[in-house]
Amino acid sequence: MKVDRREFLRISVGGAAGVMALGLGMDLRPVRSYAQTLKIRYAEETITICPYCAVGCGIIAHTSRGAGGKIINTEGDPDHPINEGALCAKGAALSQLANNKHRITSPMIRKPGESEWRKVSWEYALAQIAQRIKKTRDETFTPRNAKGQVVNHTTGIAHVGSAALDNEECWLIQAVMRAMGLVYIEHQARI
Amino acid sequence: MTNHWIDIRNSDCILIMGSNAAENHPISFKWVTEAMKRGATMISVDPRFTRTSSKADFYTSLRSGTDIAFLGGMIKYILENNKYFKEYVAEYTNASFILSGAYSFHDGLFAGYDSKTRTYDKSMWAFEKDDKGTPKKDRSLQDPMCVFQQLKRHYSRYDPDTVSAITGTPKEDLLKVYEMYSATGEKGKAGTIMYAMGWTQHTVGVQNIRTMAIIQLLLGNMGVAGGGVNALRGESNVQGSTDHCILFHIWPGYLKTPMASQDSLTAYNAKWTPKTSDPLSANWWGNYPKYSVSLLKSFFGDKATRENDFGYNWLPKLDDGKAYSWLDLFDAMYRGEIKGFFAWGQNPACSGAHSNKTREGLAKLDWMVNVNIFDNETGSFWKGPGMDPKKIKTEVFFLPCAVSVEKEGSITNSGRWMQWRYKAAEPPGEARPDGDILIDLFKQVRYFYTRDIEDGKEPVFPEPILNLKLDYTTNRRFDPHKMAKEINGYFLKGATVNGTSFKKGDLVPSFAYLQDDGSTSSGNWLYCNSYTSKGNMAARRMREKAGIGLNLEWAWCWPVNRRIIYNRASVDRYGNPWDREHPVIRWDGSRWVGDVPDGGWPPMLRPDGTPNPETKYPFIMKPEGLARIFGPGMVDGPFPEHYEPLECPVEKNLLSSQLINPAAQTYGTDVDVYRTCDPRYPFVATTYRVCEHWQTGVMTRWQPWLLEAQPQLFVEMSAELASLRGIKNGEKVTVESARGKVEAVAIVTHRFKPFKIQDTVVHQVGLPWHYGWVYPKDGGDSANLLTPSTGDPNTGIPETKAFMVNVRKISRR
Repeated sequence: MKVDRREFLRISVGGAAGVMALGLGMDLRPVRSYAQTLKIRYAEETITICPYCAVGCGIIAHTSRGAGGKIINTEGDPDHPINEGALCAKGAALSQLANNKHRITSPMIRKPGESEWRKVSWEYALAQIAQRIKKTRDETFTPRNAKGQVVNHTTGIAHVGSAALDNEECWLIQAVMRAMGLVYIEHQARI
Repeated sequence: MTNHWIDIRNSDCILIMGSNAAENHPISFKWVTEAMKRGATMISVDPRFTRTSSKADFYTSLRSGTDIAFLGGMIKYILENNKYFKEYVAEYTNASFILSGAYSFHDGLFAGYDSKTRTYDKSMWAFEKDDKGTPKKDRSLQDPMCVFQQLKRHYSRYDPDTVSAITGTPKEDLLKVYEMYSATGEKGKAGTIMYAMGWTQHTVGVQNIRTMAIIQLLLGNMGVAGGGVNALRGESNVQGSTDHCILFHIWPGYLKTPMASQDSLTAYNAKWTPKTSDPLSANWWGNYPKYSVSLLKSFFGDKATRENDFGYNWLPKLDDGKAYSWLDLFDAMYRGEIKGFFAWGQNPACSGAHSNKTREGLAKLDWMVNVNIFDNETGSFWKGPGMDPKKIKTEVFFLPCAVSVEKEGSITNSGRWMQWRYKAAEPPGEARPDGDILIDLFKQVRYFYTRDIEDGKEPVFPEPILNLKLDYTTNRRFDPHKMAKEINGYFLKGATVNGTSFKKGDLVPSFAYLQDDGSTSSGNWLYCNSYTSKGNMAARRMREKAGIGLNLEWAWCWPVNRRIIYNRASVDRYGNPWDREHPVIRWDGSRWVGDVPDGGWPPMLRPDGTPNPETKYPFIMKPEGLARIFGPGMVDGPFPEHYEPLECPVEKNLLSSQLINPAAQTYGTDVDVYRTCDPRYPFVATTYRVCEHWQTGVMTRWQPWLLEAQPQLFVEMSAELASLRGIKNGEKVTVESARGKVEAVAIVTHRFKPFKIQDTVVHQVGLPWHYGWVYPKDGGDSANLLTPSTGDPNTGIPETKAFMVNVRKISRR
């Protein structure tokens, strides 16, 4: 019978090993006791796609159940037709992207002339940013150009990014930036 | 990619050029290896012997920036040795089209060049038309003014001796590559090209790809399994972000951003909707207004009505003749014209060409919003090398965001496969998914405009901000499913289309059902069919059991799940596959079976050999219906022509008096310096990547496993160059260009060898661009401190793959 790798481990761990072993033609007892020691035994499995190059390899992330819900393992998805469980160094290290002490975990602001970042709240940061967007947009908005043609744009604000975002975020970013009147809208695809 | 990753296994000959796929798209190599196991040959052409080269059946080198010379020689070889697929060329391409008497090419310039503006009048490249307006054709390909004969004439100048003197490639190597690859011109054989930034990042980037597209058309490799033009795209979702058009010049689905001269929706649609008088041409872009109106309905929902031109004037227009591309953006920023800036999931202080110009530009902003996962050289530019924070007034907001596994949504790979992925964990601390940040930020902006109105103040053009459709939340969080459905599109009222009835609120099954009257919405017509009454097609996970690897039920791809595009060129005019072992589609007498056909129209000939008037030509996105060997839409010429990179090591172009691309862009601020043939910068430099790091390293430099494997900036050079400069392997050296300098560890290797160019020895070096001053300390800074602010005139992509540098020991006195 054709069984993929994850089913195989679940079968053996689940205790039906003795029965299945006959069909699989091998003694699963040593496998079962090994599987019981795997830290991913009780983890939640989530399907994801690698965030690096554009091959789009399948990755399985294992998250611990219970408090914290931390990613405890990532590995190639053997069911994915492109990578069939293989990963390059970057994809294989994905757990270090999620669990990393250098992750920025709070909004920060650097005020004019200052040499350090300061932590601020989301509420404060978003309100301050929105004020500045409005001020700059209002000051630089051009309804008609020098030829008298309707342009309804601002060249005083620019945006770059990002090919690292989900499609649904990408669409919304271009919609929001265009609704605010930007024409300088670019990202990784250009370079 | 016109094809897709797994399809590479179907190839007979794989040319990897302008790419180091084994290094930078590592898992793609699984399919290259599979193809080779099945008997395919693989050729690697690269200035440097790379990991890809180490697996090749044949490797040869060429100097960075000379790919058109190399490939132009292959076109000459294919034509002179009759290696081209005659029936395919005559029936499926514009090789038979007759050019008007205005067309000419002489000494590096095409007809219509204006040296003052450095632009071409493309009307000189038009075809002769019959009285119906359809291009005249000579299917025997003999007419001296037909494209085929002009192609022959153009590339007759690319003889192997000249090509060898330009590229530095030994003549016998050129002929070997030409012979190996052109064998795929045989019916039933397929050759594919895997290329990436090595081809695109040049002032002739687009023409590099055009040259290969011409080769693929001559050999009949488009639309077939194991063939195609396979661009290896360079980010997990750069395909998706490009499709959704976070780019100044296009709207989602590759519609055009309106220009000021298109003062109404009618004028705009008229300008961009191509027409054809040939009943055999499907001219699919003729449906343009259906896609643009549906898009406007997705932008503004019910607020977009026929009376207000569906909100057309609420969206910003470009000034005619002006570009707002990456290099233009940072040029404007450097000149102090930009006040506010979003660096959202990108690190331009390290990724943009001429990083010093970018960094100094950032210092002139009033404010910046930096959305990212880790600290980076862009958000923290004010404390970078050479910066005095006390003098920099830029206010910077850092907003921490989630990584891929901390949110749900889809990304589109290079093979156009849209794949859904799920949330595995919460983001750490107060970090939030970008969708949530975006919605909350925009709602704040909207609130301030609403408050203006409530306070009786005159708000500045608030309509687009107030009217933008924004109902993509569930429990106040961004809901990717709601957004994905809007991108697919809805019926906004009951309708019967193509014989099927729909209710208001039904998801549109595919773009064939979209309307131009405001009765449908679709955020991106190309993605219409991705989320329908059948469900979230991007989330499907059914693997193919047997076949050529199409995997039609795994995820979803655009357009309409067609896995190999242009596939109606994979069959003869009766609908029989050229390659019976790897058929993509096949006419079974009443319909096509296999992949989603590139249009359901019947084959061009009936079984009795008479033409079928119900048919359409196979290249449905071109107004003529046929593939373009002659490309009259390019800014710098209808046939690719070799020009030197803007900074080059030679004084003469052996092929003409035009040293550089006559249409190439340059910039004029005090820091835009270019030095060609300058003894102070005698070596050709290129930039590249390593497997362990990603782009500017903003994600990967912080990961211990990856950093341990590749800890710091290096410059790779030949043993000969090292000896010339007295440099030992492992010692730190300075690499400098006219624009900046970096310190790097010298890697002395046999992977680079000096080139013999026009009887001179030319050395080339290479650097990875993964590093930045933020972290790790002494890891090195960005290689883009060296690269020039010049780019391709069609796309604006910077020329970061060929420029001139000096390399010298660091003197310790």
